[in-house]
Amino acid sequence: MSNDIVILGVGMHPWGKWGKNFVEYGVIAARAALKDAGIDWRDVQFVSGAATMRCGYPGYVAGATFAQALGWQGAEVNTSYAACASGSQALAAARAKILSGQCEVALVIGSDTTPKGFLKPAPGERPEDPDWVRFRLGITNPSYFALYARRRMEIYGDTLADFAQVKVKNAEHGFTNPYARYKKKFTADDVAASAMVADPLRLMDICATSDGAAAIIVCSAAYAKKLGRSDAVKVAAISTVTPTFASAVIEMPDIATDSAVAMEAHSFRAALPIKAYNEAGIGPEDVSVAEVYDLSTALELDWYEDLQLCARGDAAKLVRDGVTKLGGRLPVNPSGGLACFGEAVPAQALAQICELTWQLRGTAGERQVPNAKVGITANQGLFGHGSSVILKK
Amino acid sequence: MTSKTIVPALEGWFTMDAEKPHLIGTQCKSCSTYYFPKQTLFCKNPACNGDVFDEVQLSRTGKIWSFTNACYQPPEPYIAADPYVPYAIIAVELEKEKMIVLGQAVEGVDVSQLKAGIDVELVLEKLFEDKQSVKMTWKWKPVGASA
Repeated sequence: MSNDIVILGVGMHPWGKWGKNFVEYGVIAARAALKDAGIDWRDVQFVSGAATMRCGYPGYVAGATFAQALGWQGAEVNTSYAACASGSQALAAARAKILSGQCEVALVIGSDTTPKGFLKPAPGERPEDPDWVRFRLGITNPSYFALYARRRMEIYGDTLADFAQVKVKNAEHGFTNPYARYKKKFTADDVAASAMVADPLRLMDICATSDGAAAIIVCSAAYAKKLGRSDAVKVAAISTVTPTFASAVIEMPDIATDSAVAMEAHSFRAALPIKAYNEAGIGPEDVSVAEVYDLSTALELDWYEDLQLCARGDAAKLVRDGVTKLGGRLPVNPSGGLACFGEAVPAQALAQICELTWQLRGTAGERQVPNAKVGITANQGLFGHGSSVILKK
Repeated sequence: MTSKTIVPALEGWFTMDAEKPHLIGTQCKSCSTYYFPKQTLFCKNPACNGDVFDEVQLSRTGKIWSFTNACYQPPEPYIAADPYVPYAIIAVELEKEKMIVLGQAVEGVDVSQLKAGIDVELVLEKLFEDKQSVKMTWKWKPVGASA
């Protein structure tokens, strides 16, 4: 018995700094997904929203907020918060409802409006909060990404040119994407000329935060059959596993890793796709396209290895050889990735799925990966949240 | 005008020994796992039900795992000197505790002097000062560095 669910429709609102209410972006994305699915809003039985923490109470109850904005029609609602993996967790909630037979068709949706400038912790003197402590000590978000990047340089011999090449590749990919925020073909010289933020990472190695929204209509295999859509793209696996003690890598916002005296150290990022591969019954050799969380250019290279697309230490070679570029054997971030989008937390994991849906349908236009059959996403956020989703034709 | 008192920026996180300071952590009496910052209620090892901890001083030397710097002034609650002075940040592997601990590098050390695997030791240095006191924190200093 298959545990696949079917993606009937996808829709997005373009990423940017639009300065509008997150509900507006979300409704535009939802209506686009409904139109793409060819179903009426009143056919949706379950709305699974990814929460935003930056937009007050309506953001905390995003599922209900969108159900009301689209017009109350009696559907059940749910809201998930799992940092960067919120969208995947919302999708997992919809899948559970569908596979248990409690609903046939669901809307999964995430949207965000971001403030300007640095993300910073709540004010006051709060030494019991690790997030407050690390800012007091002068350790910001880019510090962590830079530590990972420098570690690659020290252990594997990666270079600044390798990191810049990731930016150049993703900028080229996203150039024609109508939903991307940054549409400019940046060069390695542009990256090298941008300001150093946290050595070895420059401004153009690090992703921005954006407004944006993404929505997906999913349904049961039986419902898809009824609509004559049995050939639609399917969700073959969703992994939202938590880390296993002890942590091998220093994770934001911690000041130290776990001690691995009693228990072996584990990499969280590497654990995320393992469950997805097992669930889908496929391996990394079956992947035709990937969308990964390039919070920094160097982090995209870490993901190649965590997804087992190459051996540890070999990721830079994939970029140098053009393997992960459109036209290469295994394109990564054909959407342009976070480099072209900037991060809209509750929408980002769903945006990855929208892109893979278009890729697997063969409707990605100039970004199309020829003959794409299997796609995988990967992302990781704060407090043990992360996800990896596999789509197949 | 009296001189300012010297106090820790984070009370109880490290010893105030000017010569050989240590970070103060805890160790689970059941499974021996170390904690920094201090864990005092429940052990986080999923195979351990420990809830009794010894307060311990962590190793004050280790090897560099990775490093970076802060070219721009961080947002609050960081309290910056005026004008802002960039600093390096080091992630240090402690061999006995099998953990990695972050900290600033001492003043005067920049990333060009750092490399994975080199030995560093813990020292105390000013984080910031206010009208009454100088707030100290731990920093990492490459062994043999003159800074």
